[in-house]
Amino acid sequence: MRLSIAEALRKAIHDEMQRDERVFCIGEDIGIPAGYGGAFTVTLGLEKDFRERIIDTPISEIGIFGTACGAAIMGMRPIADVQYGDFIFCAMDQVVNQIAKLRYMSGGKIKVPVVIRAPVGVTGRGAQHAQCIEPYFISCPGIKIVAPATAYDAMGLLKSAVRDDDPVLMLEHKLLYGSKGIRAESGGIDASSEIPDENYIVPIGKGIIRREGKDVTVIGILLMMHYNLQAAKILENDGIQCEVIDPRTLYPLDLPLILNSIRKTGRVVIVEESPKQGGIGAEIGVQVAENISDYLLAPITRIAAPNTPAPFSPTLEKFYIPQPEKIADTIRTLIKKY
Amino acid sequence: MDYKSIIEKLGGSITVDMYQKMLEIREFEEKIRFLFLEGKMPGTIHQYIGMEACAVGVCSALKEDDVIASTHRSHGHAIAKGLLMNSIMAELYGKATGCCKGKGGSMHIGDIEKGMIPSIAIVGGNIPIIVGVALAFKLKKEKRVAVSFFGDGASNTGAFHEGLNMAAVYNVPAVFVCENNLYAASTNIKRVLKIENIADRAKAYGMRGDIGDGMNVISVFIKAKKAIELARNGKGPTLLELKTFRFCGHSRRDPSNYIPKEEKEYWKKKDPIPFYEKILLKENIINDKRAEEIKRKVEEKVNDAIEFGQQSPEPKPEDTLSGLYVNMEVQV
Repeated sequence: MRLSIAEALRKAIHDEMQRDERVFCIGEDIGIPAGYGGAFTVTLGLEKDFRERIIDTPISEIGIFGTACGAAIMGMRPIADVQYGDFIFCAMDQVVNQIAKLRYMSGGKIKVPVVIRAPVGVTGRGAQHAQCIEPYFISCPGIKIVAPATAYDAMGLLKSAVRDDDPVLMLEHKLLYGSKGIRAESGGIDASSEIPDENYIVPIGKGIIRREGKDVTVIGILLMMHYNLQAAKILENDGIQCEVIDPRTLYPLDLPLILNSIRKTGRVVIVEESPKQGGIGAEIGVQVAENISDYLLAPITRIAAPNTPAPFSPTLEKFYIPQPEKIADTIRTLIKKY
Repeated sequence: MDYKSIIEKLGGSITVDMYQKMLEIREFEEKIRFLFLEGKMPGTIHQYIGMEACAVGVCSALKEDDVIASTHRSHGHAIAKGLLMNSIMAELYGKATGCCKGKGGSMHIGDIEKGMIPSIAIVGGNIPIIVGVALAFKLKKEKRVAVSFFGDGASNTGAFHEGLNMAAVYNVPAVFVCENNLYAASTNIKRVLKIENIADRAKAYGMRGDIGDGMNVISVFIKAKKAIELARNGKGPTLLELKTFRFCGHSRRDPSNYIPKEEKEYWKKKDPIPFYEKILLKENIINDKRAEEIKRKVEEKVNDAIEFGQQSPEPKPEDTLSGLYVNMEVQV
């Protein structure tokens, strides 16, 4: 059956709650009858089958993540979500100081298997419902970070995350959900997949080559992965073959996949929707340089948002987010020069 | 208070145990203070001297599989909850035999096997976590209770507000024990709180509030027992405020010059240990000889723990990399 990311996540959560009664969801507006099913409809209707385990909360992000943390220590498998990734910052203590560190502080005696679901992406809402939050968490040991760009991966990674004994932050892009009804997003991109009937997982830590090519390795997650595919299509006309890599997991990063690709292409472009300073491009770029700088024919290149908050005006927003044309132009120039 | 009938009802065993536990905490804290000031102990310490009745009264009313969470001032709660003193001491020394294998230290003492999660040293931070512990008990239909210990300072954090509201809304089996020792580091609570009793805030959450004398272990025990029983029987959480005082600085070498001399003297007269000892002697639960025996035993126990801590092996430097993920190596 063909499912959108929102539908795939909903089914994955349903499957996991059915499989394991320790799994529960906690968040704002997630299970109100005739309500939203979370900000982007992911948990819509789940309360009908699991009323006790779909826990609607007050607007209390500290409370949500603290509660998830405590319940996880006691053997539960909470899936805690925020309506927008930006709201996690209200609960940074619980996520960064508690969820990420308690196992380590205990000398490895406890487990904190919390799944954190966070919608991200710059989507016509101004600066505070827009951020791609991964740079803040990639520097936080103790949390694994996954970012599914397709419905197939959304289902497989959600299941892996729930079954993982460590905290996992799942980034979900608002323009990729395929949410319907009043929660539909304008400008969305089709990220739906054919979902097999049999149960499957996508392992954490494994990236994937979305398109093979010999000239340049182009890396990006979520929406940027889709834009990279569009840019690759544009560049076909120039005879440039892009190898598009979707890391799918940011930590632990599938570095071998990335390095092998660059050994072949000799060039790497990292595309990100968040500001360039201290971003994932910086991290991936340096890891490439540390490991295989001998193979590089061209400087490691980053295409990122400017070092500003996300603006509101559609005109400004279009400038802010790396567009497929801009990605294609940058790659064309790079290949011409090197 | 009619101590005679209360003590008769409690029985000799628990009343003497509480006495011994309070002595253990006092002796532990006095000894490590000395070791710390001598420079023999690494890190920093926040001591519990003067507040012993709070931890001991509450933990004596708990069952072994109930769970507590403490703060940066964690030693008293750990001893009261029954963690092995050797493992606490070794942790203070940063040794491999410590209850957190040297990864936690003084501010993160805990042992889940004994019903204590690692202590949370961010003020207020353990409150929502205890809501989650209690929620897990409720979802699993286990008749266990979760207790959060925190100070007056924590009652002004957002975590307190969000945690207590959610605990009340979900009616979880939790008790929130506010040890009001009047000072958040150096700031007197009157400078930062307009109301007299922190327990009054319970009303705002639709939660039961209660106040106990934190210098009187019997008062604490009775108040805690009531709150714990209500929680265990699905009757909801309680915010229990214990009026107490610390006889030491906030941390390390703090001489607490911000506390007026008269105030220190006033509280010193309420020292919970001699206060309780007098009751036990008067009610013939112990005599002077037995009291001396217990004190000697406690002193030996603490000395043994110090010996254990000092003699224990250091962790291997590369142990830094272990114990973070369950099934994954740290990427170096």
